[in-house]
Amino acid sequence: MALIEVRNVSKLYHLGGEEIRALDDVSLDIDGGEFISIIGPSGSGKSTLMHILGCLDSPTHGTIKLDDTMIENATPHQLARIRNQKIGFVFQFFNLLPKLNVLQNVELPMVYSGFSSRERRERALAALKLVGLENRARHRPMQISGGQQQRVAIARALVNNPKIVFADEPTGNLDSNTGEAILELFRKLSQEGRTIALVTHDPEIAAVTPRRIEIRDGKIAKEVDPRLAGLDRGMAVQKQNANQVA
Amino acid sequence: MNLVNAIMVGLKEIWAHKFRSVLTMLGIILGVSSLVGMSALVKGMENGMKEALIAIGGVEKVRLEENDLPAYQQTMADQAVGCTMNDVYALQKSAPLIKMVTPEMRTRDVTMTHGNRSFTPWNFIGTWPNALEMNQHVVEYGRMFNEIDDEQARNVCVIGTAVRDSLFGSPEQLGYEYNPVGEQITVKHQPFTIIGMFEHYESEQDRKAREFAKTQPVQLVANTNGPAKSRGWGGRRSSGGFVFSMKNNTVYIPLNTMWIKFRATAGSNNIPDARLSNMSVKVADVELMDQAIQQAHNVLMHTHKGLEDFAFQTQEDWADNINKAIKNARMSGGIIAAISLLVGGIGIMNIMLASITERIREIGIRKAIGATFSDVFIQILVESVVIAVIGGAAGLLTSMGLVNFLAFLSPTDNTPVITVNAMMIAFAFSVGVGIMAGLFPAFKAAKLDPIQALRYE
Repeated sequence: MALIEVRNVSKLYHLGGEEIRALDDVSLDIDGGEFISIIGPSGSGKSTLMHILGCLDSPTHGTIKLDDTMIENATPHQLARIRNQKIGFVFQFFNLLPKLNVLQNVELPMVYSGFSSRERRERALAALKLVGLENRARHRPMQISGGQQQRVAIARALVNNPKIVFADEPTGNLDSNTGEAILELFRKLSQEGRTIALVTHDPEIAAVTPRRIEIRDGKIAKEVDPRLAGLDRGMAVQKQNANQVA
Repeated sequence: MNLVNAIMVGLKEIWAHKFRSVLTMLGIILGVSSLVGMSALVKGMENGMKEALIAIGGVEKVRLEENDLPAYQQTMADQAVGCTMNDVYALQKSAPLIKMVTPEMRTRDVTMTHGNRSFTPWNFIGTWPNALEMNQHVVEYGRMFNEIDDEQARNVCVIGTAVRDSLFGSPEQLGYEYNPVGEQITVKHQPFTIIGMFEHYESEQDRKAREFAKTQPVQLVANTNGPAKSRGWGGRRSSGGFVFSMKNNTVYIPLNTMWIKFRATAGSNNIPDARLSNMSVKVADVELMDQAIQQAHNVLMHTHKGLEDFAFQTQEDWADNINKAIKNARMSGGIIAAISLLVGGIGIMNIMLASITERIREIGIRKAIGATFSDVFIQILVESVVIAVIGGAAGLLTSMGLVNFLAFLSPTDNTPVITVNAMMIAFAFSVGVGIMAGLFPAFKAAKLDPIQALRYE
C-alpha cells in the first residue's frame, strides 16, 4: 500500500484565454520511507506537482490518495488540517518568521494542532536536537547562518511527525558546502525511516536519492527506481510484461 | 490556535510597531474619551436641571390645593369646605400609596421685626415638623420645632437665610456668618423666638459663581461704555434660581401656633376641623404616581361629600421637560462622539490592511504549515480588537483628564459627572468598533492563497 497514490492528475491554468497544462495526466506512487527526488527544469511543472502532493493546491483532474485518505474535493479547511498533521515543508528561502525566535518558529505547526505549551516546547527542543541546533533555541533567524536557518526549517517540518516531508530546492540558497551538509541531514533522516521528497532542478542534488522522477512539460519523462534495478520506467514495464509472458 | 495565543501574538505585533499602534489607538482614545466626556457634561447638565426640582421636594411631592367646583356642582358651592385637617388624617389612615402628608397654613401679610429692621417673608407657613423632610429643608443652626412646640402652640420659628440677611445682616455685609438662633423677634406684635435656621440654598452654578467671584480681583469701576442702560430681565440667573430664593425666603412656625394666633390672616377658622391653605403629600413610589393620586382622590371625595373642590399639582411636566432636554443633548452629543469613535475604527481598519499587506509572506508560511482560514481570521481579528481594547482602556483614563479640563475651562458651570454606565458603554463601543474594523482585513488575510502568498515578495 503506497503512502501517496497519484492517479491521472492534471492541473490546468488559464492565462489570457490560453490554456496551460502545468501537469498532464501524471500517475505516481510514493511508498512510506522512500527518499525520492522530483527533478526538472523551471517551468516543467515540478513545483505544481509538489504543491498538489503537499495539499497546498488541488488538481483540476485526477485523484490523490494520501495515507489512505482520498483528498478529492477537499475544502481549504481540510487541506490545512492535512498539511498540519501529515506534511512538512522545507523551502528554498527558509521561510522562517523573523519576529519569532528559533524555538517559537519550530513550535509554530504545533500551535495550530493544539498542543499544550509544555508539550510544544519539549517536542520543539527534541526536533532542534535532531538537526543539531538545540543551543540556538533563543536566537532570532537573522542571528544565525543560512545553513542553520535551513536546519531550523527542517526541524519545523519534522516537529509534527509528518508522513512526508517536501523540500523545495532546499540547497538553492546555500553555498555548496552547506548544501552538502543539508543533503547529508536529509539522508540521515531518510535512514531513520522518514519519507522525504526533494524537488530540484539540479541532477547532482537529485543524485543523492535512490529514486528519481524527472518531469518535463507536465509529464513524467523518466523515472529511476532502484526497486526496478536501475531501469527506466518504460523498460521496466517491458521487462515485467516479458516476465509475465515467459 | 487558541485565544490566549492569538492575543499574545497580537500584543507582540502591536509592540513591534509601537508608534504606528499608538497613532492608531489615538483615534479610539479620542473617541472613547469624547463619548465619556460628552456624557459627563450631559450628566452635569442634568444634575443642574434637577437640583431645583429636588429642592422643591422632588417629583414624588404632590401639592393638593383648593380648586373651583366643576360646573355641575356649582350649586353646592357653600358646602365646599376646602382642605381641612380632617383630610390630612383621612389620607394618613386610608391612602397607603401616600407616604407622608404635611398640612400647610400660610400667609404672606406678615411683617417680622427685629430692632429697627423689618422684613416680610414670601412664605410664612404654619406646618408640621415633617415639612422639613417634605420640602427638603436642612437645618444648619439650632433645630426644627417639634410636636411639643406644635401641641403647646409655642411662639417659635425656623427661618431661611433671606430672613436672617434682612433682619441681622448677610454674611457679605457683616463679613461673617451671623447665627440668629435664640434671637427674639416680633411677628405681628407677637414675640417669637428663632429656634433654628435653614442652610443657604442655591444652585450649584450660583454657588460656583459666588465662590469664583471671591477669587477674582474686585472690579471697582463697572465696565460701561456709553450712557447707562438696563440690560433687561432674564438670562442672568440659572433656570432654578427662583426656586432657591423662594426657599430661602421661608419661615416655618408650628401649625397650631399659626391656627391659634394668626388664623384670620391665614384664612382659617376656629372650628375643630381647621381649614388649611393647602397640603403636600409624598407618594410612596413615583412609578405608581397615577394610582396614588387616584387613591388620594377617592379618599378626599369621601371626606368632601362628593364635592370635587380640590386639585392635584405634580411636577411631572417639569421632570418630563428635563428628561426630554437631556435625551436630546445626549442623543446629539452621543452621535458626534460615536462618529469620532467610528473614525478611530476606520483608522484601525486602515492600519490592519497595511499590516496584512506587509505580512502576506508570513500568512503564507502560517497557512503552508497548517493554519486554517479561521486560525488566520481570528489572529487578525484579535489583533484589531486588542488595539481597540487598549485604546478604549486608555480612552477611559484620558476621559477623566478631559473632564477635569472641561471643568477647569468653565468653573462656574455644572460640574461634569462621569458615570460608570457611560464608561461601560464607551468601552463596549470601542470593542465593537475594533471587531467591525477587523472583520474585513481578517477576511482578506484568511482568504489568501498559500502558494501565491509564499511567492509574494
